[in-house]
Amino acid sequence: MTHIKRLAADFGLPRIIITLYLLALFLAAPFVGVDLPASISDTMIRIGMNGIMVLALVPMIQSGCGLNFGLSLGVIAGLLGATISIEAGLIGAWGFIVAIFISQGFGAVFGYGYGKLLNRVKGGEMMIATYVGFSSVMIMSIAWLILPFKSPTMIWGYGGTGLRTTISVEGFWRHILDDFLVIQIGDNFKFPTGAVLVFILMSLLIWVFFHLKTGTAITAVGSNPTYARASGINIDRMRIVSVMMSTMLGALGILIFEQSFGFIQLYEGPLYMAFPAVAAILIGGAGVNKATLTNVFIGAALYQGILTMTPSIFNAVLKVDMSDVIRIIVSNGMILYALTRKSKVAK
Amino acid sequence: MISKLRLFLIENAVVILFVLLIAFAIPVSGLPASFLLQEILTRLGRNTFLVIALLLPIMAGMGLNFGMVLGAMAGQIGLIFITDWGVVGLPGLLLAMIISLPISVFLGWLCGSIMNLAKGREMVTGFILAFFMNGLYMMVVLYAMGSIIPVFNPEMLLSRGYGIRNVVGLDGVRQCLDNLIPLKIAGLNIPVFSFLIIAAVSWFIVWFRKTKLGQDMRAAGQDRAVSGAAGIPVEQTRIVAIIISTVLAGIGQIIFLQNLGTINTTSSHEQIGMFSIAALLIGGASVTKASIPNVIVGVILFHLLFLVSPMAGKNLIGSGMLGEYFRQFVSYGVIALALVLYEWKRAAQEHASRATLRGGAPADGKEAAA
Repeated sequence: MTHIKRLAADFGLPRIIITLYLLALFLAAPFVGVDLPASISDTMIRIGMNGIMVLALVPMIQSGCGLNFGLSLGVIAGLLGATISIEAGLIGAWGFIVAIFISQGFGAVFGYGYGKLLNRVKGGEMMIATYVGFSSVMIMSIAWLILPFKSPTMIWGYGGTGLRTTISVEGFWRHILDDFLVIQIGDNFKFPTGAVLVFILMSLLIWVFFHLKTGTAITAVGSNPTYARASGINIDRMRIVSVMMSTMLGALGILIFEQSFGFIQLYEGPLYMAFPAVAAILIGGAGVNKATLTNVFIGAALYQGILTMTPSIFNAVLKVDMSDVIRIIVSNGMILYALTRKSKVAK
Repeated sequence: MISKLRLFLIENAVVILFVLLIAFAIPVSGLPASFLLQEILTRLGRNTFLVIALLLPIMAGMGLNFGMVLGAMAGQIGLIFITDWGVVGLPGLLLAMIISLPISVFLGWLCGSIMNLAKGREMVTGFILAFFMNGLYMMVVLYAMGSIIPVFNPEMLLSRGYGIRNVVGLDGVRQCLDNLIPLKIAGLNIPVFSFLIIAAVSWFIVWFRKTKLGQDMRAAGQDRAVSGAAGIPVEQTRIVAIIISTVLAGIGQIIFLQNLGTINTTSSHEQIGMFSIAALLIGGASVTKASIPNVIVGVILFHLLFLVSPMAGKNLIGSGMLGEYFRQFVSYGVIALALVLYEWKRAAQEHASRATLRGGAPADGKEAAA
């Protein structure tokens, strides 16, 4: 009994509820006429789409910078990569690779500046990150209006100024990863091998990185800054490295999201992109200052599972679409839980 | 003398910046002065109350109360009910406020209690709590109303038979506060009664600060540990600050919406927190210090910018959206800036107080004490 109790305490009550809820959804699926293979396939596709965005949060959590609500900065870098690559007229794998390279460049620059700023506001990172993210999205919205892009697929046909709000990547690199080595079973089941492989590969790289010297130093900074300083680690430098990593991963993440989604969303699109990722990693069991790759995998799977299953089951049973409301409550409830938990333990 | 001027410039840097910005944008927008003046009068009556709701949590050291959105939800629920019951005019508004009151108190208590669990990061907690509660609010308004909670007027419901429509017209109570004491000077309508209410609530805040509870709140805001040791029930005082803020936000939202005349059921409350906070900060307030003059200056400057930036953007590069984005950038940016300045100051103070421990120079000691 105590064993079960301890397990419950380790796993956290909200996560148990969420897991049971998802399990119930999957169990109910066949009885209410929801196509299970299609649902599982959708979940897999979504995990591939969003996995790296969730992974992007790990470095900053580990270095003690908290939840990166400013992930939209990385998203902006990704958008710049995507639009510049399309502007250059690059198609297919080349277009995608060039987009990634450009976005990593922007990500590094943005991340460096963002890291510098966060170093000067230690202790208040999360709120500042949110609003720095928000205001950069707005600055970029102005930029999308006035940047001299010419490609006819991206600018408004006539009578408008600037880039379109959504740009299709059809004909450029739509599904370039999702369809790489794709496993298609029947009409309804598709396993997006490429996207999932990239997710696993990046996770592996992150795992290796956090077992090397710099990675260990970052973890030390996050878990005990005083100890880290006493051991001669340059705290500010480690934090900047983690912020840059997070921003660059965010840039890569949005490109993978776009190739699967099929569209680039500009202007206010990136505004709230950090929040689902944050909710996912917290559902996976991460805290405000500790995250593992297991948290990333479990979190991405649970969160995306709920997102896929809730609307279809609710539509089938109640004929109501409450999925939006449930998504809002689950994801923000989870963030709220994580924010209140740590200080409770510390007290 | 020169140093005094410099001090004034530094302390009012944000206000001066915005005055300059607006001084540039007004001629570019080409909007006539009479229009701007009328709009500012209307918006002062509409928004000031909401911004005042932010003052007490700042005094209690809980920062900018992003959780004020909860009060706005309570206010809207009150308005939805009176519209459904067909209670019009001033009694309607009063009834809406009375309905919102217990909801606001409960939500404020909840918000304060949760913030007590997350001391030191009240702002981000309130921010997320607002999103979370928005989910519950939508559940109530879009699913429970008309199915579990009786709604008598079928015209208010969505075509599916339950859930409130996206737009609720407030024809029965529209501007009935603003026009209670009609006054027209030089062709400008002045919402006298709304201004009287704002004066009353300002007086309340000033009075409240001098009470025992108000002093406790200020003490808790300055140092929780010391106030706790001095016998002040810190956690309770903080909850009271949030409850008052939430209740005021609820009433403020009702005043705000009676002026607009319509509720956007799912979105009227969403941006209220951000706009009110941005207005307060533009008025020269900080995360730890805000006053009634900050509120008034802030509402005037923020809304002037709000009014002129779309036209200015259109005249500058031919896109109205430019001004819209710029406006949003300013709202977000000024909040980011205020938070950054607050953290810098805090870090500097911490550094100085550490220096005194190490036997640092007395100049540092003075700074830490101040």
